[in-house]
Amino acid sequence: MAARQKEMNEVERLIGQILRIGVVVSAIVISLGLLMLFIQGGSGYPGNAVPLGFRAMFAGVAAFKPFAVIMLGLFLLILTPVLRVVVSIYAFAVEHDTMYVVITTIVLIILVIAMVIGYAGK
Amino acid sequence: MIVQQVLLLAAVGLFAGVMGAILGIGGGMIITPVLTIMMGIDIKYAIGASIIAVIATSSGATIAYIKDDLLNLRVAMFLEIATTVGAISGALLTGVVPHGVLYVFFGLLLLYSSTNMIRKLRGTADERYQPVTPDKWSEKLNLNGSYRDIIAHQNVDYQVRNVPGGFAMMFGAGIASGLLGIGSGAFKVIAMDTIMKMPLKPSSATSNLMMGVTAAASATVYFFNGSIQPQIAAPLAIGILLGATVGTRIMQHLPSRVIRMIFIPILLYMGVQMALKGFGVIH
Repeated sequence: MAARQKEMNEVERLIGQILRIGVVVSAIVISLGLLMLFIQGGSGYPGNAVPLGFRAMFAGVAAFKPFAVIMLGLFLLILTPVLRVVVSIYAFAVEHDTMYVVITTIVLIILVIAMVIGYAGK
Repeated sequence: MIVQQVLLLAAVGLFAGVMGAILGIGGGMIITPVLTIMMGIDIKYAIGASIIAVIATSSGATIAYIKDDLLNLRVAMFLEIATTVGAISGALLTGVVPHGVLYVFFGLLLLYSSTNMIRKLRGTADERYQPVTPDKWSEKLNLNGSYRDIIAHQNVDYQVRNVPGGFAMMFGAGIASGLLGIGSGAFKVIAMDTIMKMPLKPSSATSNLMMGVTAAASATVYFFNGSIQPQIAAPLAIGILLGATVGTRIMQHLPSRVIRMIFIPILLYMGVQMALKGFGVIH
């Protein structure tokens, strides 16, 4: 029981670390995008258009378009909790807790489905 | 023009982040009314920006809680099945439900959370944990846990009960989160603390952790369907990240009681405004 608790604490610390890195990286990318927006004085797109979908987003990032860089940063921010779920699957697997590997995988699948639904509804 | 708007939104985010951390409410509760009522932004984009803010708040705060060893990862993961499915349903409903209804819902929610705050002001609830008998789900799913009570200087082992009830409540919390772009922290705490009889401290910590994953489910829907406007969501997210960090630091040095008393009328006012806007009384 005590050993299990200690192991879980380690796992939770690891998860915290990953969250922190994810948040910092996304904040840096978003700030860079905002800075580019200030310097270039425009979004890089006509009117109120926003790059939707991976292809448009990465093409925009490659062309240094401010809105595309910001969208990438926001996407990374959305991914941090998803990353936490992925790490938790690994953590439960290390503990040989098959039931929770399954439960956490179900949560991950639901998150992937959300992405597909969003993509289909644009 | 766009520079000014971005800076203004960053300031709003900063304010929402600090206040959210001090008052223990998610930034989403503050952001949507400010964006819609004060800045006249379409509620669809306000909700999209707000759900990003919820992720920023949750990810920031989770780090602090992890150090306290308060959260229960198994409870979080199991209940997240309900909250994420709820959040997707909520995000899809936003496109269908008339905007007036969204305003009314949000108004009611603000009124509810101000009464909640009034209760907190008056209440001196006995925090001692009363052990409960776990139900069969709790034992099957291994949901028991323990945490360190800093004030009483002891470890508290706890059980949970009424898991199906908590699960159902979490589904509702997920819908509210996806529909209105909020963290639904209060509903999540009700599910764990009131329905499942989990102690309050691990309930709040676990709820905070769950908020991010719940918000990620609806945020991906919003992200790809065009409800997230980068020039609105980005400055808010950065502001709220900074604000929440500052807020958690200064929280201990501030009389939260006084701040709560100042904030209750503001919440009430915003709640009434949102409801009136929903009913078409004001524009």
